[in-house]
Amino acid sequence: MEIINFLNLVFLAPFVEMVSYPIFFSEVIISGLLTGVMYSLVALGFVLIFKASGVFNFAQGAMVLFAALTLVGLMEHGFPIWAALISTIIVLIALAFVVERFMLRYLINQEDIILFMATIGLTFLIQGFGETIWGSNVKPLDLGIPSESFEVGGLLLNEFDLFAAGSGAILVAVLAVFFHYTRIGRALRAVADDHQAAMAVGIPLKNIWIIVWSVAGFVGLVAGIMWGAKSGVQFSLSLIALKALPVLILGGFTSVPGAIVGGLIIGVGEKIAEIYWGPLVGGAIENWFAYVLALAFLLFRPQGLFGERIIERV
Amino acid sequence: MFYRETGQFKSSYKADQAIFPLSQDRWFILFLIIIAFLVIPLTASEYLLQAVMIPLLIFSLASIGLNLLVGYAGQLSLGTGGFMAVGAYMTYKLTTAFPEINIIIVFILAGLISACVGLLFGIPSLRIKGFYLAVATLASQFFLVWMFNKVAWFYNYNSSGTITAPPRELFGITVTGPTATAETRYIVVLAIVCVFALIAKNLVRGRLGRSWMAVRDMDIAAEIIGIRPFQTKLIAFSISSFYCGLAGALMVFLWLGSAETEAFSINESFYVLFMIIIGGLGSILGSFLGATFIVCVPILLTNAPQLFGLSMPIDLQKHIEIMLFGFLIVFFLIVEPHGLARLWQIAKEKLRLWPFPY
Repeated sequence: MEIINFLNLVFLAPFVEMVSYPIFFSEVIISGLLTGVMYSLVALGFVLIFKASGVFNFAQGAMVLFAALTLVGLMEHGFPIWAALISTIIVLIALAFVVERFMLRYLINQEDIILFMATIGLTFLIQGFGETIWGSNVKPLDLGIPSESFEVGGLLLNEFDLFAAGSGAILVAVLAVFFHYTRIGRALRAVADDHQAAMAVGIPLKNIWIIVWSVAGFVGLVAGIMWGAKSGVQFSLSLIALKALPVLILGGFTSVPGAIVGGLIIGVGEKIAEIYWGPLVGGAIENWFAYVLALAFLLFRPQGLFGERIIERV
Repeated sequence: MFYRETGQFKSSYKADQAIFPLSQDRWFILFLIIIAFLVIPLTASEYLLQAVMIPLLIFSLASIGLNLLVGYAGQLSLGTGGFMAVGAYMTYKLTTAFPEINIIIVFILAGLISACVGLLFGIPSLRIKGFYLAVATLASQFFLVWMFNKVAWFYNYNSSGTITAPPRELFGITVTGPTATAETRYIVVLAIVCVFALIAKNLVRGRLGRSWMAVRDMDIAAEIIGIRPFQTKLIAFSISSFYCGLAGALMVFLWLGSAETEAFSINESFYVLFMIIIGGLGSILGSFLGATFIVCVPILLTNAPQLFGLSMPIDLQKHIEIMLFGFLIVFFLIVEPHGLARLWQIAKEKLRLWPFPY
């Protein structure tokens, strides 16, 4: 009897609940999708750098927060929002330049894991630097975006979330155009395909890296603004950025659409799991659900949803 | 002049395959062990033992474990903290359930349990590798820590959710719990670390270690010459988790005294990974050097401003410390990506020729 009751709780009751309250269920899905957009934005930065330079940039999470913190800090010093935005972008480009000039340049041809560790070191460096300058307390980020909720056909929606989703979509569209139709974008794709061939046709690899890191910083800024406006800006948030990793696995390290779709799947999946299955095991399963989902997924498709097929040569 | 192999002839295979083939090395190690076992406990202050020596040895053990997996078998893992938590919590459960069992045996049993857990989480390595695997091992980190936090059975349903080391005796001397002196705990940790470092060194020199290295260098080629990647990788995962679990158990019972799941967070995993990268991948000596570096640098950075008579606000100091730590890691990777062990090797080569380098 106990067993049947347990099986019912795990395999039946949640689904019954989903079907019997469809409006609540769709609200769960929508809030999951919107969290997913945040994950996607962080993951996008990882993908851009990985594609163009093969570096698994662990510091992306720190860059997101550094960008948001710089923006907030400048606004607190009386900068109007547009000036703060422009200055932050300049700071991020400077950061990209410094990273290329003083770190990546010396690590060319090293093993992947060395580069990975270097970016973890960079994470500490950025974090310490950001906190030294801007302090470590939580800073609220107010962009003047309304965050009122309204109803559409019985569904409760939040204006801010819609704004976040919208700007995420615009960002992805802009990036797609940038990558496909500009000269720099084509050069970036060439580098991503084959470093040596790209260098052979005269693409300056070092400049490309600066550009990629700047673009990733810009994407990080957008993600940071969204996260920051939602829950304040603080470096302890960088752990949330780790959530972008299962997203990457799900979508594939090398695929921009993969990062988006992966983010949405993870966002929705963990919200549903938390709300319908979480109470069974004491809650807070959001902490690990994404990883286990990605792990289970990997067993069936090691290269991710849209990743390039892994081909090995002996 | 003093450090050279001239005149040291090996007349048996045994002598040829010694861990330290040079007599100078042997004397040096013997000297080091005597200092570690006799001089340090007699002279060192409580602070030095508690803040430097004990954590240094425990993290050395954890980094040996991770080094076996990452450096020798080539499987990148970020789940160290989770496996350390398994060791710590299992020791707690076992020793509170069976107080009469010798604490050393409890440590080893807990290590074996974390080896089984490691085996389980090592299964994905059969399909995936590299960064995909690293992220997959994060699942073990987050899942295990969450489990120890949520399931009250693991901490005996106490209200605070912490595990506390109960007093346990070894040969009539209290070695764990609040009454144990720093000296006894240090000696016990040192003895365990020495034994398991020796085992690890012999593991990697033997058949198993060689097959790990073959899988690391190219798994397909290893498979072709008859190594079973399936077993080799899983054994690497379980032995590595054994070491990490043992280190976690020592950490709670012989160093901290009590701990929450916070102590086994993702940062712990990163610190151990730093240790093996800074120390040198694929080197047992490197694990010790890396642990020394990572344990000592923050202590030096904390104390340095006072040495120079500078005073600064405590949070600013903390931030600068983080920054310097990150800087040192990047700096070391740029200067010597193969770690401190490689520097040590270069120094030895130089020393062999000194002072007549021709």
